[in-house]
Amino acid sequence: MTTGMDRFTLAIEAAPGVEDHALTAARRRVIDAVVGAGAPPTVGVRRWRLLRGPPGVDRAQLQAFADAVVDPIAERGAVWEEAAPATCGAAFVHVALHPGLTDDEGDAAGRAFAWISGAATPAPGFGAEELWAFDAPLSPAALAAAAQAIANTNVHRVVFGALPQALAPRAQVRLRGSGEVEVLPLGQLDDEGLRALSAARALGLSVTELRAIQAWVADPAVQAQRAAHGLGALTDCELEVFAQTWSEHCKHKEFAALIDIDDEERGGQRQLDGLFKQTIRGPTLDILGELQARGQEWVVTVFSDNAGVVRVDEELNLTLKVETHNSPSALDPYGGAITGILGCNRDAVGTGCGGGRLLFNTDVLCFGRPDHAEALLPGQLHPARVMEGVHAGVADGGNKSGVPTLGGALLFDTRFSGKPLVFCGSAALVPRTLGGRPSHLKDVQPGYRVVTAGGRVGRDGIHGATFSSHELVEGQSGGVVQIGSPFIQKRLFDFLEEAAAAGLVAAVNDSGAGGLSSSVGELARLSGGVRLDTDQVPLKVPGLRPWEIFVSESQERMSLAVRPADLPALRALAAQRDVELADIGEFTADGLLSVWHGQTPVCALDMEFLHEGVPRLRLSARVEAPVVTPNPPLPSDLGPTLCAVLSHPDVCSREAFARAYDHEVKGKTVLKPYSGAGGRAPQDAGVIRLRAGARRAVGVSHGIAPHYGDLDPYAMGQGVVDEAIRGLISVGARLPVHGAGPLDAFAGCDNFCVPDSVVDPVKNPDGREKLGKLVRIAEGMADAVRAFGVPLISGKDSMKNDLRSGGRKISVPPTLLVTMAAVLPDGDRVVSSEWKAEGDVIFLIGQTEDELGRSALLRTLGLEGGRAPRVRLDAAVARYGRMAEAHAHGLLRSSHDLSDGGLAVALAECCIGAGLGAVLATPPGAEGLGWWFSESHSRFVVSVAPAHAAGIEALFGADATRLGQVGGAALVVDGAPVASVEALRQAYERPLLAGEA
Amino acid sequence: MDTVVRVYVVTGYGLNCEEETAAAWAGAGAAVEVVHAEDLFSGARPLASADIVHLSGGFSYGDNLGSGKVFAVRMRHDDRGGRGTLADELQAWVAGGGQLVGVCNGFQILVKAGLLPNLRGDLRLEATLAPNSPGGFVDRWVRCQPAPSPSPAFDGLDVIDLPMRHGEGRLLFADAQTAQACAGLVPLRYHSDLAGAPLNPNGSAGGAAALTDPSGRVLGLMPHPEAFLDAALHPDRQRAPGATAAPFFSNLVNAARALRARR
Repeated sequence: MTTGMDRFTLAIEAAPGVEDHALTAARRRVIDAVVGAGAPPTVGVRRWRLLRGPPGVDRAQLQAFADAVVDPIAERGAVWEEAAPATCGAAFVHVALHPGLTDDEGDAAGRAFAWISGAATPAPGFGAEELWAFDAPLSPAALAAAAQAIANTNVHRVVFGALPQALAPRAQVRLRGSGEVEVLPLGQLDDEGLRALSAARALGLSVTELRAIQAWVADPAVQAQRAAHGLGALTDCELEVFAQTWSEHCKHKEFAALIDIDDEERGGQRQLDGLFKQTIRGPTLDILGELQARGQEWVVTVFSDNAGVVRVDEELNLTLKVETHNSPSALDPYGGAITGILGCNRDAVGTGCGGGRLLFNTDVLCFGRPDHAEALLPGQLHPARVMEGVHAGVADGGNKSGVPTLGGALLFDTRFSGKPLVFCGSAALVPRTLGGRPSHLKDVQPGYRVVTAGGRVGRDGIHGATFSSHELVEGQSGGVVQIGSPFIQKRLFDFLEEAAAAGLVAAVNDSGAGGLSSSVGELARLSGGVRLDTDQVPLKVPGLRPWEIFVSESQERMSLAVRPADLPALRALAAQRDVELADIGEFTADGLLSVWHGQTPVCALDMEFLHEGVPRLRLSARVEAPVVTPNPPLPSDLGPTLCAVLSHPDVCSREAFARAYDHEVKGKTVLKPYSGAGGRAPQDAGVIRLRAGARRAVGVSHGIAPHYGDLDPYAMGQGVVDEAIRGLISVGARLPVHGAGPLDAFAGCDNFCVPDSVVDPVKNPDGREKLGKLVRIAEGMADAVRAFGVPLISGKDSMKNDLRSGGRKISVPPTLLVTMAAVLPDGDRVVSSEWKAEGDVIFLIGQTEDELGRSALLRTLGLEGGRAPRVRLDAAVARYGRMAEAHAHGLLRSSHDLSDGGLAVALAECCIGAGLGAVLATPPGAEGLGWWFSESHSRFVVSVAPAHAAGIEALFGADATRLGQVGGAALVVDGAPVASVEALRQAYERPLLAGEA
Repeated sequence: MDTVVRVYVVTGYGLNCEEETAAAWAGAGAAVEVVHAEDLFSGARPLASADIVHLSGGFSYGDNLGSGKVFAVRMRHDDRGGRGTLADELQAWVAGGGQLVGVCNGFQILVKAGLLPNLRGDLRLEATLAPNSPGGFVDRWVRCQPAPSPSPAFDGLDVIDLPMRHGEGRLLFADAQTAQACAGLVPLRYHSDLAGAPLNPNGSAGGAAALTDPSGRVLGLMPHPEAFLDAALHPDRQRAPGATAAPFFSNLVNAARALRARR
């Protein structure tokens, strides 16, 4: 017999003593919150996970479901009919996801139910929710505080009060789109009207851009063509397509802009003909010429696909991409970060005709300070909570996808408290040929089918403001936030790899930002047109309009171009692998982006105008001279100062943070983020083999140093490139210019994240200066990559990293991340950072200048002054050649590059990592504490067997400074102990995350 | 007689260690086939063609509802159009001489499907792998020590360093009686960190890192032997890599040959 329930609830609670650490941490947070809001400190709280199922379920089936799903040892389960029983407690907080958001747990319950009940397909109508119940009545204020500690209203519906009579009903789901198309007659609007339209629909199009569209649509030839398609004035969908295609995200208008520069640094006025053209593509094209001339022809694809592609051996290409996901991570740290990493994965796989297998992920994260004490602005989450959520999202995104997280960085600055920066990197390996064709080429011909694969389409990622014009299900998310599903995506990627290997995929594109509009639109440029039907797109929420279907950014989807003859085989494979496919249209050659909803015309845009018609921006910038001031007075005692610097959040150990990421799944990671017997030694690069058991490997490292940009943006741009490259040089890579092998690729990605850099007298009065900084950072980067001869093959810019709230604006410092990857012909020989044996001789390699500006030392001491480090490019290049020789001759037992905290911190890390001290003598000419902490670039500290010391001196000459020997249990300088290794370790391993021991 | 030992390495639906696992078995001389889980459920890859079935690590079905849970529910409950459940089929195949190995998520699946410890052969749920205590997912290397058990997997190995990479590896038994009955079925225990300090990294009962059934032919373990096939993969490889886990695989391949000879 069936139960009488509207919906059934299976409530699951952890058995006593078996709850997981996330629940323990959440429980602590909740208790703190309610006690802080006046609840008695003795208050107790219980939490149930609720699996909610559809009505009309047979009682016996329900019991079988409960028996199967609840762990008999670690969990306690109960079936609740109608309401949560009074025995649960006196007050409650009930948390459920907004409808339309990915609910993996609920979907899993539906699958489990189907197998238990003998149904053929996963049962619909399942959802996972949470109920927190307190053992005492609580005030509304205390419950609100609890709700805030548990839930995030951007993703959750929250109900709280006295224990509920019934748990809130779940919205019913109807899966057809509405087919409704709105017409927007632009022709009659003046500037003010256009501005209002752009604002009301959150289009982000300027009046100049809307004017260009207005003029285009008024053209009689265009009118005639539109009439033939049953269209007159622009439709909502068309306007949205313009907004997506002409967005900064897709067109990089600011990086393409003509910039008038008032240059105080070099004097006079000048123009820059596009940042991308002049500082990114230009250097790369020149470097490609040099590589070709030397027979190093490993660059396959630059800037034209979702990821850069390089060849890494006879059979394999490597795709490399780094993305950012800053705004979403500010709103929902977990969802933003997991969506970021999964989205970057789709770029790495969605290159060429797909078929790649992910090789590694990287994560570079910038947060406000974890001890942020200022009152939070409306909409601002505390940096510690942002960090915790992002950390969990990054971990789940990589771990659940089976992709090792090889490296990353973690930075703190109050200027990141408005928006965090979340850089997610990915690389994939792709066989060079798939199905007999070069895998990096996209083959899109008229007549090929347009196929979407993977997740369904919801309102996810449709800009929130347009929502006000819709009738929404109560409490529905504004659509700005999404939750990625690694499980759906892993299934999709496994399927794609099989399909591509069988030659069934002609081309692939990631459906991320801009949704189908971007992914299909970009593929259609190759054939010269497309016609598709939004009514064929599988949906996960009801009533979506065609434009919403077309621009939704629902995750875990790829768009494929498929030869018609291959479609049946592709469908069959998809069915076997539990991946949903939909054939939604056909590529054409008629020059049109043509969208229909069934028989209703929705969009007919000329692709030439759509992609080339955006008016070029003209911006103005002011470059200020670098700030150079005398060093402040410094303390004289090395030991305590070193311990203080080691404890600085930008310097201290990230080991516990990194260990939540699986960095060695696939069993190929030969240099892990933290190595040595204790696993404590931070490494300069992550290194992973191309194949299980093979010697050939790829290393990856990063450069990021926004603080230097406060003083000298040009120096920062150079230094970031140097930092990324020297990490790889340290572990054993060789620059192409130094005779690296013909397939020993060495290439990078640039990622700019800057504050609003377009001047506005009211909103952004210092926009010119901000753009000036960006220009100089990019120029410093360009000069450095030219000098090192290493091409940038992919990149991304994120332009508006500001939070405006409560009458204040928090802007990130202009930030550049450079990620470098290099082939290491013998990964088994890479050298790690920590000391290896007592008696080994320690050298400093490189020249130390008086460069303390914005150093970790001064930041720790709260002091200003000094100059930011500049890279002596010619000397650095020569030095890196000698480092490669030292590696080739097996001279180095350990090598560690010098960055935050300079020599002193590097030495401490080598000691801590090995559990061995060092006995050093201050070399002649080294003056004061500043010498130990200078952050001059292009330097290393190495240790070598005594027999090789003379070899190092002969190879490096004046570039090698002998410092002393490895040994003992302390860092000793000039006969006096600076600190014991144990004291250094305790300073270095301070907890970063709440709950870390 | 055919002496090639055939291994199915199961992947798909979120299992993700197939690449290194296949390399490990190939290195031990086995003929390896990477098999999508769906093909195991559907019978497209029949068990009869395998000597060893290895459920690799990963996050099957995203570990939603608990690690390995949904995969295990499917093994126990999906009647597969009247062909019976995969758990029953696997149990019969093991009885006939097959060897079933689960590492990490594979171990979690085997325990939650009742295939481990399976003391009475009735697939009763007698143990579980609960969230680590103390907490959370962690990737770190641990020193493990083999102990006597019916499984031949660790024969000839002294201590062995292996990476653990899980958030739910705390082996718990249903009751003291079961724990007692399983005392001799724990072939590997956590011993220490790599510097030698005693360590039970996840709060597992008695420091158990592995569990076998009374026949010794169903084996699950949390640490990853397939991730330590050569010295360069050790985190302290320039100084003290120690013995690799390669013998784990050759021991089981040898056992498969012996079982084949008996059949």
